[in-house]
Amino acid sequence: MRLSYPADVKIIQVPCTGRVDILHLLNAIEDGADGVYVAGCLEGECHYLAGNLKARKKVEYVKRTLTEIGIEPERVEMYNLSSAQGARFAEIANEMVEKIKGLGPTPVKSNTAA
Amino acid sequence: MIVADRKSLKEILAMVEDDKKILIAGCKGCVTVCNTGGLKEVEILASSMKIARKKQGNDIDIDINVLERQCDTEYVAGIKDTVEDYDSVISLACGVGPQFLSEMYKDQTFYPGVNTTFFGGATEHGVWEERCAGCGTCGIHNFGGLCPIARCAKSLMNGPCGGSSNGVCEVNKDIECIWDSIVRKKMDAGKIEDLMGVKGIKNWKTARDGGPRKSIREELVQGNI
Repeated sequence: MRLSYPADVKIIQVPCTGRVDILHLLNAIEDGADGVYVAGCLEGECHYLAGNLKARKKVEYVKRTLTEIGIEPERVEMYNLSSAQGARFAEIANEMVEKIKGLGPTPVKSNTAA
Repeated sequence: MIVADRKSLKEILAMVEDDKKILIAGCKGCVTVCNTGGLKEVEILASSMKIARKKQGNDIDIDINVLERQCDTEYVAGIKDTVEDYDSVISLACGVGPQFLSEMYKDQTFYPGVNTTFFGGATEHGVWEERCAGCGTCGIHNFGGLCPIARCAKSLMNGPCGGSSNGVCEVNKDIECIWDSIVRKKMDAGKIEDLMGVKGIKNWKTARDGGPRKSIREELVQGNI
């Protein structure tokens, strides 16, 4: 298919999005990521039954936390697509990158960094 | 177990707004089981606080330590070598934790990171309900195994009040009328006569009304054997 997606996206593979933890998302934001999204299987299609549903709840938790801190919750998102939807994968990557570019760089910056 | 809810991030951040280096102390007891103050929650709070402080341009150094229990001095003593290294300490244990810590380390400031709410259990994953009021004189067997002291808004001992409607308490539609449940359970068992006797006035001295309580087991007190 040779579809391209923005180089801004760094992919971290997990066996199932159920493995994604609240801490993974928070640590990414804490370490300066402008945005994080979780790309899980289609709802109802999880090989482990509810991994993607749990991931969505964790994403929602992090969104609430960011809102409480005063950071745009849109910087963290959950998407659902099947492994056969390569075009959709590229589309989501573009969509997320465009959205984050619209929001601008993360306000989470260390003032003690060298 | 003792059930607690974490305080809001805003409230916790305000407690330590002038501090640069803090410790978040979790507890492997009840608050771990009710997912409020165990390792995971301590890590989440630490990360959330770091994000918030970085956003303010005012970084904070946060260490974490999850004690076996914060309600035993032997475990509270586990942080004695490092506790003074911090500007302050946030405890995610129940209300016992910050007090045991404050009593042992008099020069340090300990903030409660949770609101301790009740003695209860999980009725489903993620849902906890009150079951015990710690009144000091248990009589659950008199009420079909359902405690009206903890579960009736008025702690009534001799049946429901006029606010009971269709099994629901007038205080809140989400609260079951425990007396409705007690009576129904006894009726179903054909033992409604168990509830016919008038329960005498409860001696509340064994509850909080008698002041702070103490439990002494002579056989366990050091030096008695």
